[in-house]
Amino acid sequence: MVLIKKGAEAELLLETWCEKKVIMKKRTPKSYRLPELDLKLRQYRTVHEAILIHQAKLVGILTPLIYFVDTKNSTIIMEYIIGKQLKELANESSKLKLKSIFIQIGIIIGELHTSGIIHGDLTTSNLIIDPQNRIFFIDFGLGKKSEELEERSVDLFLLKRSLNSTHYLLAPFFYNWILKGYSKIVGTKNCSEVKRRIESIADRGRYTSSE
Amino acid sequence: MHNKKKATVCLGIESTAHTFGVSIVSSDGRIISDYKSVYHPPLGKGIHPREAAQHHSEHAANTLKDCIQSSDFSLNSIDCIAFSSGPGLGPVLRTGASVARALAIWLNKPLIPIHHAIGHIELACKLTGAHNPLIVLVSGGHTMIGAYSGRKCRVFGETEDITLGNLLDVFGREAGLLFPSGPYIEKLAKEGKNFIDLPYVVKGNDVSYSGLLTATLAKLKDGNNLTDLCFSLQEVSFSMLTEATERALTHIERDEVLLTGGVAANSRLSNMLRTMTEDHNAKFFVVPREYCGDCGAQIAWTGILASKSGVMTDVNESYIIPRWRIDEVDIPWRD
Repeated sequence: MVLIKKGAEAELLLETWCEKKVIMKKRTPKSYRLPELDLKLRQYRTVHEAILIHQAKLVGILTPLIYFVDTKNSTIIMEYIIGKQLKELANESSKLKLKSIFIQIGIIIGELHTSGIIHGDLTTSNLIIDPQNRIFFIDFGLGKKSEELEERSVDLFLLKRSLNSTHYLLAPFFYNWILKGYSKIVGTKNCSEVKRRIESIADRGRYTSSE
Repeated sequence: MHNKKKATVCLGIESTAHTFGVSIVSSDGRIISDYKSVYHPPLGKGIHPREAAQHHSEHAANTLKDCIQSSDFSLNSIDCIAFSSGPGLGPVLRTGASVARALAIWLNKPLIPIHHAIGHIELACKLTGAHNPLIVLVSGGHTMIGAYSGRKCRVFGETEDITLGNLLDVFGREAGLLFPSGPYIEKLAKEGKNFIDLPYVVKGNDVSYSGLLTATLAKLKDGNNLTDLCFSLQEVSFSMLTEATERALTHIERDEVLLTGGVAANSRLSNMLRTMTEDHNAKFFVVPREYCGDCGAQIAWTGILASKSGVMTDVNESYIIPRWRIDEVDIPWRD
């Protein structure tokens, strides 16, 4: 058993399970949180993540295969994806390559949303690109089922913010490429509705952009 | 030419909300004096901008006088004047800016505009020794998780509606507690025994507190025990922020976390963040209690840093910016 990443919510362990190399995603107790609150959150998210990953897969989106869900220990056993986090690739790839990746990401987000799936935590840490340049969506723990404009917009708002803070030099390009792919799936009318709502979400904060 | 031996001395004026603060800080890092006068709204009320501004203009002269007299400095030996130019309440900002402009003109010294929240961060870095931390800023005006990178404070997460300070103050006001309510809620929470289920909303690295406020107020009206509610409100709202911080920390992989701003005085919050941070083998820093609230020193110290980088404004152009976003501030000393 090898710890390959200690994430915010869970430990990712590389394990052999039924003669397969698998990832064991273990939502360990958070000692900062009240035990009863902690247990409720971990169990809820474990179940929901497994359900959402499965549903995303049903509509053709690349996610790790789920092999086993242990609700009692808040653990999911899933396929081991070999690849890099987009966070790393974004700093080392050519602009041309990134353009096609980000347009593709926009397309996939569009497909998720059209299927009523909200990812809930879209960051460049939660997208894995494998050696064949296939894009895997991981970490659906904050996800939910929703058809609402608000939820879709929050999903993209969080991604926009994550790009602006982590990849601020290229963020405007990344964001526009994502929207380009997104509008291919949801249509230009829906896409501009989402864009408007993203601006209004930003305006709800106490201090808003002067731009 | 600069004489290397002589330290620069900055007088800073804080006036964004309930506190009018004046402080003298030297470039060798000493806080020479720090005085404040605080406006207290009547029980059951929040800050009234015009009344707060009125309070500040009545107390400005004495606060300034106390600060200077206790410092062993004459006004003439001060090298620059810094003031909080935003964000905050318009009338209150104008009061502080007027005092700063008058001093700058009269003494013929450079005038330096400072972003209030950058002041919280820089003073906290200076007092704790944090270098380049993931920043958790919690106050009446901000609930933000950010970090410096490329001359800006990049925001990784924040509240999507009301701030943590606001959540506590509004709940406190409705529960009949004095403003600011954080310290009273913390005290009552210690007596709470039963956890009441409340909405826990984390969106990525963001939090949303408006639903939590509505639900907690509804439970209050239903006659739930106030100590239990304070306890549960703290547990849920602080856990949400700690979780969002944990997400940001594993995303950007820094080795320090710094807690600053008024709500940093809450020991339950800082304990939660400390536990989480140490669990990720990072170092945790929290601003000393006496400097967590708004104060002149946060403006004066940041004024020192800004003056070294040549930041200043012409008096004619020294506008206040009531809704100045933290990620729009250019920070040349953090290049």
